[in-house]
Amino acid sequence: MDFISILSIFVLACFVGYYVVWSVTPALHTPLMSVTNAISSVIIVGALIAAASAASPAAKWLGLVGVALASVNIFGGFAVTARMLAMYKKKER
Amino acid sequence: MEAAHETPSWVLLAYLVSGICFILALRGLSSPTSSRSGNRAGMIGMAIAVVTTLAVHEIASLPEILAAVAIGGGIGLVTARRIQMTAMPQLVAAFHSLVGMAAVLVGAAAYLNPGAFGILGPDGILQVSRVEMGLGVAIGAITFSGSVIAFLKLNGNMSGKPILLPGRHVINLGTLVAILGLIAYFTQDQQPWVFFTVMALSFAIGFLLIIPIGGADMPVVISMLNSYSGWAAAAMGFTLHNSAMIITGALVGSSGAILSYIMCRAMNRSFISVIAGGFGGDAIAGAGGEVIDRAYKRGSAEDAAFLMSQADQVIIVPGYGMAVSQAQHALREMTDLLKEQGVRVKFAIHPVAGRMPGHMNVLLAEANVPYDEVFELEDINSEFAQTDVAFVIGANDVTNPAAKTDKTSPIYGMPVLDVEKARTVLFVKRSMGGVGYAGVDNELFYRDNTMMLLADAKKMVEEIVKNIH
Repeated sequence: MDFISILSIFVLACFVGYYVVWSVTPALHTPLMSVTNAISSVIIVGALIAAASAASPAAKWLGLVGVALASVNIFGGFAVTARMLAMYKKKER
Repeated sequence: MEAAHETPSWVLLAYLVSGICFILALRGLSSPTSSRSGNRAGMIGMAIAVVTTLAVHEIASLPEILAAVAIGGGIGLVTARRIQMTAMPQLVAAFHSLVGMAAVLVGAAAYLNPGAFGILGPDGILQVSRVEMGLGVAIGAITFSGSVIAFLKLNGNMSGKPILLPGRHVINLGTLVAILGLIAYFTQDQQPWVFFTVMALSFAIGFLLIIPIGGADMPVVISMLNSYSGWAAAAMGFTLHNSAMIITGALVGSSGAILSYIMCRAMNRSFISVIAGGFGGDAIAGAGGEVIDRAYKRGSAEDAAFLMSQADQVIIVPGYGMAVSQAQHALREMTDLLKEQGVRVKFAIHPVAGRMPGHMNVLLAEANVPYDEVFELEDINSEFAQTDVAFVIGANDVTNPAAKTDKTSPIYGMPVLDVEKARTVLFVKRSMGGVGYAGVDNELFYRDNTMMLLADAKKMVEEIVKNIH
């Protein structure tokens, strides 16, 4: 992909983010923060690439640490979000 | 660049699907009923991104990678299960710091092994990749050290008071300019010292930016760091030409930016003034000293129980104090008893109540308060005039009528809850001495229709519960 295609994806995604986030109900702003936390750990993709390559041992170890840190966030972030969301209940009628 | 060109199209599509799953995860949060399926979409998106990456790369070290995932994932799951809901702001700050650190590590790995990332050109690392990498590492490092400070302040390991260094604005601006200058220079000279100096200065500026910011401005800080963690992921996505990372980074970046904006608006402060820091340090001594002797009415738990059980409608206004004393469960018990007496009970939440956006809503949900009894400021403010009792527990500045009338007040212009319009205001507060985060006295305490209930929030609510018959 060339730089312009990547930039286009980025700019359009910013607009999507803008409209989607304004539609989030304020009551769920804390789960919003924890889930954005979890998904921004998609950076694990970069860490995996580094960890998988045998070309540079130093880069491999940095990658492995990155994989571990991002995993804390992915598992922890989604789990704590699920835990919070399970608590939001409507009035029993 | 070669590797990027060789990427099969199914891989590009898989990353796109993963990005769409993340959009759906946020979209789901528009209502509590759709939020749970949204969260699952997020997990699916993450699984697609990870599996795709593992499938297309030759993996020299699968056992190590799986071990790293298992260790990290285990720590994450245990933490998520054990954490107290009142500690959620600290947890989010800690998670932000991990995203930041992961971005720094990925950037450093890409610098040391550019071939694996497909960013190696004829003269070393491609120039555009150097800029993206430099920015990614800088933002990641700022996110890391800033979040560590935010965590220490929220967790109480460090005083919430702002720490003001002399000449800090000059130092901060100088450091920022140096970082940007070095990233520009990095495109011409890719020696290690340039790259690692950018990293070191960025760690330093993250620290310097957050130490002058007071505890009460944390909702803005934590949203801002959320935003940074997104931009760091996006910058790394540019380096790796990975659409899932770019889409996610843009989503998270905008999300944090919007939350920061909402928080600033709710305090009537500009983003710049929050970042400049120093707000909510020492209470304004003069103003605090003069007013301590003013007359106020003090009530007991029995008075409060009587007033509320006779009321048609009670609105409860919770704040950070409720979180500190863990009063939410007792509060829920109190509302149940009042409802049995035929009283209508509602909750009113100010956007900056607590230490992070939506903090109060989570605590009330934890205590099983149905979310359709919890209202935002603009939806409930007009109802105070027809309300018999406003019960303020652990909130202070967000109820101060001075924000509407006193142009000299530091909180003038901030949207506040019109609790003083209720027939009676019951104000739970530990003692008369303390002031809110803005360091201003609250005129509400001395009004004829206000009754002060001076005690620990949880103990007071438990006493009231005993007295409702």
